[in-house]
Amino acid sequence: MDLNLKNTTYKQLLWIGMASITLFFAGLTSAVIVRSSESGWQDISMPRYFWYSTFVIILGSAFLIMSKKIVRRGKNPADYIFLTFVCGVIFAIFQFKGWSALVDQGKFFVGEGSSPASSFLYVITFAHLIHVIGGLISVFITYTKSVNSKYSKENYLGIELTSIYWHFLDILWIYLFAFLLYII
Amino acid sequence: MSDHHNETFLSKYIFSLDHKMIAKQFLITGMFMGVVGMLMSILFRLQLSNPGESFAVLEWFLGEKWAPDGVLDPNMYLALVTMHGTILIFWVLTAGLTGTFANFLIPLQIGARDMASGFINMLSYWFFFAATIVLLTSLFVETGPASAGWTIYPPLSALPQAIPGSGLGQDLWLIAMTLFIVSSLLGGLNYIVTILNLRTKGMSMTRLPLVMWALFIVAILGVLSFPVLLSASLLLVFDRTFGTSFYLSDIVIAGEALHHTGGSPILFEHLFWFLGHPEVYIILLPALGIVSEVISVNSRKPIFGYKAMVISLMAIAFLSFIVWGHHMFITGMDPFLGSVFTFTTLLIAIPSAVKVFNYLATLWRGSIRFTPAMLFAIGFVSTFITGGLTGIVLGDSALDINVHDTYFVVGHFHIVMGLSAIYGMFAGVYHWFPKMYGKMMNKKLGYIHFWVTFISAYGVFFPMHFLGLAGLPRRYYSNTAFPMFEGLTNINEIITFFAIVGGIVQVLFIFNFFYSIFYGTKASKNPWGSTTLEWTTPIERIHGNWPGEIPTVRRWAYDYSKPGHDTDFVPQTEPLKEGEEEH
Repeated sequence: MDLNLKNTTYKQLLWIGMASITLFFAGLTSAVIVRSSESGWQDISMPRYFWYSTFVIILGSAFLIMSKKIVRRGKNPADYIFLTFVCGVIFAIFQFKGWSALVDQGKFFVGEGSSPASSFLYVITFAHLIHVIGGLISVFITYTKSVNSKYSKENYLGIELTSIYWHFLDILWIYLFAFLLYII
Repeated sequence: MSDHHNETFLSKYIFSLDHKMIAKQFLITGMFMGVVGMLMSILFRLQLSNPGESFAVLEWFLGEKWAPDGVLDPNMYLALVTMHGTILIFWVLTAGLTGTFANFLIPLQIGARDMASGFINMLSYWFFFAATIVLLTSLFVETGPASAGWTIYPPLSALPQAIPGSGLGQDLWLIAMTLFIVSSLLGGLNYIVTILNLRTKGMSMTRLPLVMWALFIVAILGVLSFPVLLSASLLLVFDRTFGTSFYLSDIVIAGEALHHTGGSPILFEHLFWFLGHPEVYIILLPALGIVSEVISVNSRKPIFGYKAMVISLMAIAFLSFIVWGHHMFITGMDPFLGSVFTFTTLLIAIPSAVKVFNYLATLWRGSIRFTPAMLFAIGFVSTFITGGLTGIVLGDSALDINVHDTYFVVGHFHIVMGLSAIYGMFAGVYHWFPKMYGKMMNKKLGYIHFWVTFISAYGVFFPMHFLGLAGLPRRYYSNTAFPMFEGLTNINEIITFFAIVGGIVQVLFIFNFFYSIFYGTKASKNPWGSTTLEWTTPIERIHGNWPGEIPTVRRWAYDYSKPGHDTDFVPQTEPLKEGEEEH
């Protein structure tokens, strides 16, 4: 497969895969809308850690944009990719802190202190984190390849694919966060 | 140059990256599962025609535990119904049908060496295989397989203590379905990017054979709808194992009040049917595509209304996403919302009618060859019409309420979806068998297979409409428990008779299939006189498909009986003559 065709094909694969993931979350969030319109729905105040994680995941995207610019100039972007990886790890830590804060509020995933609203909150944020872990694996592979100088200004498909996916995770999180903030 | 190279047994037959071998893997697995699923239906039909009577065959198959003294256990009855539906809908008519023909035909008909990613393609099959093993394993667990119906509605599916089949069997069902969804998504991604990117020179989208359009649209439907089932299943798994209350609320089992509060089982129905209805078309569209090819080739006429066929495929696919509520008319839905879903549902009749009209117009005054493939294709048109007509009844909320969850529904969807899709699959197998194995299937056996299948299938499903109109509910273990239904036993006996006859004749097909692989007459390169690219490949099936350069496409796929040509078909590779219009 020639390089141009490979670029187009892999990007399409990713875009369609992301459409698929979007529908998965659309299913979950539409379930929240249906359920929240019925009786017994309890509001939950969102932990401040989710605000921090929002900032961090956007920062990760910014580093990937910079790494793309650098590789286009023919330089090695490994440092910036590594910073994205760090952002991803911090994002995960903040998600855990967010869940701890929910526990402190007495909002549990299951059991006596749980409600459909709190269960949905955990499931949606957890499902997003699973996808972020997939993104982190991708960022790590891109980083090691970059360290080994596998990318050039002519061929940096791996960085492009990772960037697209990370930006997607970014936008997805902003949507989910805004949705949860508004509905829950 | 081709990608052909010498391979080991393992790389050629087991972990193959060649789309043709992967297609055969899907086909053989699908056929095996078809036999299992059909056998299940015969077993539970024995109970429906002769309630409470002893049959040695039941004990022989199911053992003393599930058929004590030859009488089917009620829990196993529910399990058989559930597994029959699951296997036929997902394993046979989704993976078996699309997995086979998408893998086999896409690279061959668009002019590609293989799929965009052979590795993802292989993974797609092996996830499917793993799903198959997990599902079959559930047949042998102590509490039996899943029993909540193929639609796995909670609370029955969400409470392991509800019935035996809600226990480990349901867990295995969910694991198998998750693996199945992964397989479908991997396959779908590959089909889409392959069709978009790897078409040979000259193969514009408007020159694609209709089966390519059908498989392309099916892949899009799959990647957009299966994830929603995944999200529904995820919430169900949490309800089952962690005790959340997404679908459960205020339930008492055996005098014990469960802690679940605030959940809604209707929520599951919304999520399930958002997949569930597109799934109907995931099953049906490949058959529509296959039938388009078979009818055109065997009528020796161009397909009538190519563009209308493509647009109607797209319209059906789009509408399939906005009609799910017609499965839920009796859930307390707002009547206005019900009327909206009625409207969107009835709209599907328009593109469906366009397709039927175009099939009939293609057949009209054609030089018809009644090959077994053609008979099944015509059989498809028949069931698509008869099943579609009862769909109009069920799509109308005012009428549906009267026959909801009765045998009317069972008769309807078995004819329009089950029979149509399986006829499409048979048509495809008979038609492309020479390309798959280089041999011809036996025609006489094919004719017997068709006619007995056709008559017995109507014998099974047509009377079901009358059972439904008489009010007989589906999924009940014993119809004789209610005096008002006692008079219907005779009809059930007839149905079971035809089910057994229809089941037996499939053995003939399986015999013909395997016998022909080894001892069939050698096929010529293009035995049906077809125009499409797959028939330009050599009889020896090589990895990479064409030994030299991939041919260039110079015309559309339906130049049959075109004036000004010596033969009654003009291959897509033949350049247009001077002054010749494409079509």
